[in-house]
Amino acid sequence: MTYEVIGISVLWLFLFGYVIVASIDFGAGFFNAYSLLINKHHIISGIIQRYLSPVWEVTNVFLVFFFVGVVGFFPRTAFYYGTSLLVPASIAIVLLAIRGSYYAFTTYGELRHKGWTYLYGFSGLFIPASLSIVLTISEGGFITEDEAGLALDYWALFTSPLTWSIVVLSLTSVLYISAAFLTWYANKAKDHQATELLRKYALVWAFPAIITATGIIVELRTHNPVHFNRLVDLWFLFGISFVLFLGSVYLIWKRKNYGIAFTLLTGQFLVAFFAYGISHYPYLLYPYLTIYDSFTSEEMAVALIVAFIAGLGLLLPSLFLLLKLFLFNKDYVQGNR
Amino acid sequence: MGNEEAVFFSRLLTELTLSFHIIYATIGVGIPLMIFIAQWVGIKKQDEHYILLARRWTRGFVITVAVGVVTGTAIGLQLSLLWPNFMQLAGNVIALPLFMETFAFFFEAIFLGIYLYTWDRFKDQRKHMLLLIPVAIGASFSAVFITMVNAFMNTPQGFDLENGVLVNVKPLVAMFNPAMPTKVAHVLSTAYMTSAFILASVGAFRLLKGSNHVYHKKALFLTMKIGLIFSIASAVIGDFSGKYLAEYQPEKLAAYEWHFETEEGAPLILFGVLKDNHEVKYALEIPYALSILAHGDPYAEVIGLDQFSEDVIPPLYIHYLFDLMVTIGMVVAMVSLVYVVGTWLRRRFVNANWFLWIVFTTGPLAMLAIEAGWWLTEVGRQPWVLRGMMRTADAATTSNHVDSMLLLFTGLYLVLGVGSVIVLTRMFRKNPVEQELADRHGEGR
Ligand code: HDD
Ligand code: HEM
Ligand code: HEM
Repeated sequence: MTYEVIGISVLWLFLFGYVIVASIDFGAGFFNAYSLLINKHHIISGIIQRYLSPVWEVTNVFLVFFFVGVVGFFPRTAFYYGTSLLVPASIAIVLLAIRGSYYAFTTYGELRHKGWTYLYGFSGLFIPASLSIVLTISEGGFITEDEAGLALDYWALFTSPLTWSIVVLSLTSVLYISAAFLTWYANKAKDHQATELLRKYALVWAFPAIITATGIIVELRTHNPVHFNRLVDLWFLFGISFVLFLGSVYLIWKRKNYGIAFTLLTGQFLVAFFAYGISHYPYLLYPYLTIYDSFTSEEMAVALIVAFIAGLGLLLPSLFLLLKLFLFNKDYVQGNR
Repeated sequence: MGNEEAVFFSRLLTELTLSFHIIYATIGVGIPLMIFIAQWVGIKKQDEHYILLARRWTRGFVITVAVGVVTGTAIGLQLSLLWPNFMQLAGNVIALPLFMETFAFFFEAIFLGIYLYTWDRFKDQRKHMLLLIPVAIGASFSAVFITMVNAFMNTPQGFDLENGVLVNVKPLVAMFNPAMPTKVAHVLSTAYMTSAFILASVGAFRLLKGSNHVYHKKALFLTMKIGLIFSIASAVIGDFSGKYLAEYQPEKLAAYEWHFETEEGAPLILFGVLKDNHEVKYALEIPYALSILAHGDPYAEVIGLDQFSEDVIPPLYIHYLFDLMVTIGMVVAMVSLVYVVGTWLRRRFVNANWFLWIVFTTGPLAMLAIEAGWWLTEVGRQPWVLRGMMRTADAATTSNHVDSMLLLFTGLYLVLGVGSVIVLTRMFRKNPVEQELADRHGEGR
């Protein structure tokens, strides 16, 4: 494997990590707000709070890791994406900031007010929408380069069906991933009422998620035929992903093994995410940037990879401890502690 | 190309974000160490008060961390959004410490989560205290790594530019640049010092508001001692920073000190006002002091601004910032010295209201010195973003929307600033120490 491929694989893996943990977080906030709206708040808010409290800061670091790593491994992305993304990225930062701080203010500072619950819940849906725009832009066709510099064509971006299908996919997946995870978590807590409600949400969102994902492949056919053809070549990976999807829906439907169901779901998204990434190869920003022409020097690449391995040595045991204490600890999950 | 408006607003937005972030960042670096010390003293002396101190500080700390995290995420992304040319170069050469910083954050975030939710989970209190060590290490190391990046901006090295192409990149050489040792040490010790004084201010404030509980007196004495130690350390390291500057960035030092003519046995100018034609009025001149600060020798030659062309000299108002920082450093060190000695000698004045008011000012003053210090060193590096390599004006984005983003973020910081103050005051007002101590004894502890 070349250094370029190692670099992008590591970053892609962490982005995947962010997608999963952030989806759980965003979706949890949404279900919390929604249940307040329909007067079922008492059923699920306890479960959601107990899961989110110890981990919310960790979620954010996944994102920081990704964008710092991209600039390290592929410095030219700082120039291209930095120049063109000023407005969408700033809006995403503001939403993330409001969400993160109000989570802390309400949970630790006991600033309880219904307004914040709604703000918190619904802002969580706008964040994936605004972050997913980056994926749309990377398909090419929205950035123009001339003497005056780089410019993002907002009109083309917001009128493109591709943009909206990626936005819808991000929303449906957030809700599906989150509901499936929380079903498992509530079941571990032996909270049957919450499990039933969340299970219903998971089943409701499963099919919209898979349909929009298919829709995007269709959109790409006209938007970026090169990418589309590479996607089609990887049909077997999407096939595996679909089988995993069916497996997890089946288990949730039959109220069996929610843990395995969530594992299958993670596998489904992992395979699809990497299939998408592989088909995007070698472009970081079509057609301007590839992982090869934007790569950092070899010396830096080696240094970053060494730092990464050393960092993982610290990180994995710590993450394991966190999971052991809060996710896999019966007493904590059941609220006895 | 160039877009002067974009450069101007990018600067303003960077200044705003960093000035806001640094408040929470400084607290974030220093407080974990304070919590650790309090918990350690509490376990060693078997004194419930110190344990409760650690507990209450932690509760406040969570709020400031949250704002630190979100504003830090903002600055991290903004660096690429506002200074794409700079970050492209920085990514090639100094990405290593930036990358390692994310591991420090990870480490801190994970253990903070664990620490917060395990107060009563261990039989042995010491095990719980151990969880704080990674939090404190993570916080301090994130400061170390980010300051390395900032040091690199002052003394860039570890790469060569050949026809505009970067070659011979040496990440470790870039990381361990000449500005690094003094900068990292000064940033850390001032962060510890400022956090100690902020907590001292809180204690003094409670005593002033009528509580006479021994809990607050213990808190005050502990934090004043720590503040004293780190303010002395900060002054000593600050002196080393001066020597570093004299060797590597003489134009910066000369601008701090309004030192216009190269001379031997140079005097240090304190305070004063700058008039036209480099005329300094109302200043206090300390003979030989600048030569001592710069070289540790009263007769040494100090390079003046006459050796540099007009277009690489930073704005001269930074002298006022230097005076502000140093004066505050001296004042708060004196206050803490008087408090600590007065307490040892059991003098009554240390608990008098007028003195407590003075003690109360140390926290806000120290934070002001932090702001002054950053403004001083950042403005003092102008016109360069990478000294001698890249000008600030060439590093900025060319986007036309920076002004509206400035408005957006101003609004955000207003909300976060006001929100965090309201939440913190409510948190402690609703749950006074007396109440909490009574509750805990009620539980049969
Ligand atoms: C004196 C130390 C110091 C300095 C000079 C800075 N920071 Fe900072 N930063 C911290 C000390 C810190 C911290 C105390 O470590 C924070 C606050 C809370 C936390 O978890 O870390 C933090 C948070 C923080 C985060 C959020 C991390 C997370 O999600 O946990 C980012 C991305 C940055 N910072 C980035 C920066 C950048 C790009 C800076 C300069 C240009 C900068 N910081 C200056
Ligand atoms: C957190 C504390 C910091 C504060 C309060 C701070 C403050 C400032 C100020 C006031 C300026 C504007 C100077 C001017 O326009 O005249 C500035 C510029 C800048 N700083 Fe810092 N700084 C801090 C740390 C850092 C660090 C650690 C880095 C590097 C990672 C950094 C990167 C920059 C950049 C890229 C600019 C824009 C270019 C420039 O104007 O020099 N700053 N900062
Ligand atoms: C009392 C004697 C002090 C001296 C002689 C001193 C000296 C210095 C010098 C020379 C610099 C510039 C370094 C550079 O540009 O590379 C600096 C920067 C700075 N100072 Fe001080 N300082 C003192 C006290 C303080 C205090 C009390 C604080 C805050 C509580 C403080 C906070 C800072 C900060 C945050 C910086 C920017 C970071 C850096 O460049 O190291 N200083 N100081």
